[in-house]
Amino acid sequence: MNDDIPEPSILDRMRNRLTPDELPTDDRGRMRMVVDSLVLHLHPTKIPDRTLRWTYTWGLGGLAAVLMTILAFTGVILLNNYTPSAPQAYLDILKLNDNVWFGELIRNLHHWSANLLIIIAVLHLIRVFVTGAYRPPRELNWLLGVAMLLLVLGANFTGYLLPWDQLAYWAITVGTGIISYIPLIGNWLTRLILGGPEVSGNTLLNFYSMHIAIIPLIIFGLMSYHFWRVRKDGGLSIPKSLEESETGVEPKMERLTTIPNLVQKELLYTLVWIAVILVFAMLVQAPLEGIANPDISPNPAKAPWYFMGLQEMLLHFHPLVGAIILPGLAITGIILLPFLDINPKNVGVYFRSRRGRALVLLAAGLSLIATPAWVLMDEYLLNWNGWLPTWPSLISNGLIPLAVISLPLILLDDWVRKSFHADTEERVLFIASFLFTAFVVLTIIGIFFRGPGMALYLPWNMPASSH
Amino acid sequence: MSEVNTPNQNLTRRDFLKLTWAVFGGLALLETTGIFLAYLQPRLADGEFGSILNVGTVDKFPPNSVTHITNGRFYIVRLGDGGFLAIYHRCTHLGCTVPWDETQQKFICPCHSSEFDRQGTVKNPPAPRPLDLFPVSIVDGNVMVNTGAPIQRQTYETAQVVYP
Ligand code: HEM
Ligand code: FES
Repeated sequence: MNDDIPEPSILDRMRNRLTPDELPTDDRGRMRMVVDSLVLHLHPTKIPDRTLRWTYTWGLGGLAAVLMTILAFTGVILLNNYTPSAPQAYLDILKLNDNVWFGELIRNLHHWSANLLIIIAVLHLIRVFVTGAYRPPRELNWLLGVAMLLLVLGANFTGYLLPWDQLAYWAITVGTGIISYIPLIGNWLTRLILGGPEVSGNTLLNFYSMHIAIIPLIIFGLMSYHFWRVRKDGGLSIPKSLEESETGVEPKMERLTTIPNLVQKELLYTLVWIAVILVFAMLVQAPLEGIANPDISPNPAKAPWYFMGLQEMLLHFHPLVGAIILPGLAITGIILLPFLDINPKNVGVYFRSRRGRALVLLAAGLSLIATPAWVLMDEYLLNWNGWLPTWPSLISNGLIPLAVISLPLILLDDWVRKSFHADTEERVLFIASFLFTAFVVLTIIGIFFRGPGMALYLPWNMPASSH
Repeated sequence: MSEVNTPNQNLTRRDFLKLTWAVFGGLALLETTGIFLAYLQPRLADGEFGSILNVGTVDKFPPNSVTHITNGRFYIVRLGDGGFLAIYHRCTHLGCTVPWDETQQKFICPCHSSEFDRQGTVKNPPAPRPLDLFPVSIVDGNVMVNTGAPIQRQTYETAQVVYP
């Protein structure tokens, strides 16, 4: 041993092992650091400067991942104060709110992050759709995304039952009631999911295991795959302006190192959102009503808010049409999108083209007028069951109104094709914008305009509900 | 290697093995699915709901009355002519519990306002069929209801009524 260099103490040795060496000062070093790091190696070492623009991705996918992480942490510690049995589950939540340090805050964080995740995942899907980022070679990642969105809905729905209050009990009763309309297997499947003829302690256990283990494991697995595919597909799609896409000039791009250009933005974005969610969770309580009572349904009994669009359709269609056929068609359409709409030319351009932008506005505007008009008409004027009393309600209240609302859509599509010379991708954009707006409007009507007996009310005239 | 150009004529050893793997792999998958589904089948405990309930003697229920038996999840309906029906209180639309409205003499569902008369027949949609029934039997003057076996029906028929 050389006497000039003192032997490092055990503390020094530990510190040297656990803290990074010098931070890199040149690009080479920065790129090495990305490759060598477990977390950072999700990223490439360099990225095109354009994909860093906030206004392209809005950071939505990353925010979804942040929310999943918050949910995992808060969810795991909620388990320390929760028993999945009826009625103990409800008493545990009361105790959590009143007797556990920060219990209410943890519950609020979990609740609001879960609800925000649905909104963010849907916005992310819309961003990918309107920029055409799902086109080849990114079809598979779109499908992974659809699977994750359905699982996120499943996680929210199974979590909804866990507090075992009136809200939970009846939302799950109504929500699973929809499943029983699936032809042939509906009744069997509902019994299987509920673990019996109606929502009970068995249902709570079934939902609990789905909510805390099965669904999150699958989501985290798919998330890893999703991120890996982003890189395998050559990184993000490159944003382009309208002019660049119209003139066909290849945009000039510079490649920047991931450290610090991307990592810095990600950290900032994550911190800001965590702060926002924390403040929100401190100020706004997650709802909790009285203990579940199977003998008394509250009036109105509403599904969770993200299913209110579906529940609104149930008021207008036979359940087989409103809850199975129409949503089934919508999901099939979403799955088929990247195989129908494959033009590689204007990937990265918001709303495809100048005409595309006009058509989206037109579709949204028409839908904003047509959807409420149709709801009002169906509520006060149309009465298919009464006009065709001898017909089975599947036809009179299902297929006939379905035909009646499909017809204007087909005519609109034809009009757009002829008068605007819209091509396939613009027509897909037009119809999708129309239908999506309609769904949002139905959801809003369901949440804010439906009162006792599911009658229509203005939100400021809403009578109190009974529980 | 002239067989290469005329496939499908006879099964090569490789094809045979592939097929065997596929068949047995498929069987194993089916078995696993079967076990999984069987494992998840509802577990019925001997409880109040799902077994046969004795709700009391016949004369406890006057003609033209509707009585909610909450622990059994049903109504005992006694018609004007003395006949009995046990009506499951679960709405056939989406499963809410339907209260009996004494003033309007109707079952009115709070969830999406389906209405049913005292026999359980739909008076107002969206409910697609009458309220389900539980089998009633009258043993030694006691009304017995089998809550394990709900009966779905499309219409009300007099044969559904049980007389003491
Ligand atoms: C838990 C839910 C999800 C998470 C955590 C997630 C995460 C991400 C992240 C971090 C990115 C990188 C770019 C960005 O932030 O926009 C991304 C890209 C992408 N996502 Fe998702 N995502 C989720 C759900 C979805 C859904 C619902 C879809 C659509 C059905 C989808 C389809 C895609 C596609 C196609 C890309 C590539 C976009 C491009 O190259 O421009 N993802 N996702
Ligand atoms: S559940 Fe009774 S009307 Fe919908």
